[in-house]
Amino acid sequence: MSGHAPDGAGSASKAWALHAVVILGLLSLHVLLPDYHHGIAARIMVLAVFAMGYNLLFGYTGLLSLGHAMFFAAGLYGAGLPVYHLGWSVPVAFATGIACGGLLALAVGVLALRTTGVAFMIVTMMFSQVAYLMIYWLGDWTRGDEGLTLSRSERIVELGPIFLDLTDRDTRFLLAWALFSAVLVLTVFIARSPFGRVLVAIRENEERTRMLGYNAFANKLSAVVLSGLVCAMAGAAYGLLFGYVGATFGSIQYSILPLLWVLLGGAATTLGPLIGTYFMFYIVDFTQGFLRAYMLLVGVALILLVLFFPKGILGTIRERWLKWLP
Amino acid sequence: MSFGPHLLLATLEGLVTAAVLALTALGLSLVFGVMRVVNVAHGEFFMLGAVLAWAFSTLVTGHPALGFLLALVLSPLVVGLVALVAERLVLRRLNYNPESTIVATIGLLYIIQQSVLTFYGPEARPVVAPFSYRIMLPWFGYSGYKLFVIAASIALIAATWLVLTRTRIGLVMRATQYDRETAQSFGIPVDRVYAGVFALGAMLAAVAAVLIVPIQQAHYLMGLDPLLLSFIVVIIGGLGSLRGTVVAALLIGVSDGVISVFFSPTLAKMLATFLVAMVLVFRPQGLFGTTAR
Repeated sequence: MSGHAPDGAGSASKAWALHAVVILGLLSLHVLLPDYHHGIAARIMVLAVFAMGYNLLFGYTGLLSLGHAMFFAAGLYGAGLPVYHLGWSVPVAFATGIACGGLLALAVGVLALRTTGVAFMIVTMMFSQVAYLMIYWLGDWTRGDEGLTLSRSERIVELGPIFLDLTDRDTRFLLAWALFSAVLVLTVFIARSPFGRVLVAIRENEERTRMLGYNAFANKLSAVVLSGLVCAMAGAAYGLLFGYVGATFGSIQYSILPLLWVLLGGAATTLGPLIGTYFMFYIVDFTQGFLRAYMLLVGVALILLVLFFPKGILGTIRERWLKWLP
Repeated sequence: MSFGPHLLLATLEGLVTAAVLALTALGLSLVFGVMRVVNVAHGEFFMLGAVLAWAFSTLVTGHPALGFLLALVLSPLVVGLVALVAERLVLRRLNYNPESTIVATIGLLYIIQQSVLTFYGPEARPVVAPFSYRIMLPWFGYSGYKLFVIAASIALIAATWLVLTRTRIGLVMRATQYDRETAQSFGIPVDRVYAGVFALGAMLAAVAAVLIVPIQQAHYLMGLDPLLLSFIVVIIGGLGSLRGTVVAALLIGVSDGVISVFFSPTLAKMLATFLVAMVLVFRPQGLFGTTAR
């Protein structure tokens, strides 16, 4: 993972212009894409939020977690269960889902950050497995594998003059787009902020950062919580927008996928998660048509990336040509 | 059945679990101890061993013991070969970087699992036990084969221990574990030791799988549970410690057997996983291990 490009007014405005183009480009897909790909694009934008949350911790802070499915699931169930069982309104449930993810991340962070390296990966994986098993243990409410399907009446937002029907394809796409854009802008801000620089410094040399007087633990904990909040946001949005809340999203597979997306797109790049998610989603979608064992590709991609392409797509582009890419 | 015999039955079942688990975890522990890498694909070597055992046992007709013996010999060899190829092609090129190795072995996990799904299918298939003798206890009859599994596991662990402590190969392995660079400068081919240890670790998992497959059917998703349980055992026992691994396997296996007879297995697994994560957080050297150098 390379350090940061030299900063200047020129590179900053170029970077903001690029992000504006990406955000507007995604919006234009709303009118350009045929029905099938329109639905996929909405899903990808929500999953890219998940990947961006993962990237905050893995890319910028250099902490490889194998348990981010638990944060996604915390958002998914934190939002889905109150809607399904208590009839809460969508905005309140969305906020609850995010809060669940943040609290879980705080607890996991305080414990798991006592470890480093390989132990950190295994501890996060085990906590995530506990969360996954808990979904089954609470099967009376979650219905385990089968999951819960949120009905149309449960997915309607009425806030004064605003009326949103989350089962409507256009509303869904635009909400996914708005969420994605907000989190993308947030990521750019974090990457360029002093806090983001400290995270990168911790990734590059934690000892030295501590010697310079920064509290490494507090910064890492903030990164875990922030990452958990964003991933829970993705989970809550996924459940509410697509109306399905199931245990699969808590399985180890959903901890591996964001890692793969971020690795493919380029760790510690703001747009890498989107690119990685888009590519991988279509590769899997394409092969699923004729291959039952489509997860084989995930395995092959992981090995090839780690062997020959550790910086991912955008990471390589930044290294070779566009030094100003954030 | 009253409480006493029920508990005895649960303990016996737990011992069978412990026997298989100890072998599997020993493989993981060896690889971690000598190579300092975590092999996430370890459970898939276990699964591959089980599936190959089914494949080899169907090759022979006649007495089921013939097919079983064939599987017991060939299945670990093939799995060891697969591991050797993976080590040469992937792990060595990564220079055994711990984090990259984890990502690569996750990739290996999916490749093995999904290839088995493609060629073997999603069905669960049994292997006939080599003998069907039942030992009659006063309260219930117990499968003689399960007792054989326990005995075989003890024998194999003893053999591994002998190899590690009494032979030249074991000496070379221990030397590499203590200090890779010094071993290298004393002319030990560290590179080849790594390849051998990785293959040996996979073979231990495969043997364990061949032993269990007459009791539990072969299925392409059967690798996850042994992987997580092996992690638990290796962590509790102290990373890279043989004695700790065996003790922890007994502890986890027997308590798993007893707890899942009397309580909900999901709750048991949940609590066990949580407690082990806590051990790793607060006592990273394991319950029985000493502080790493």
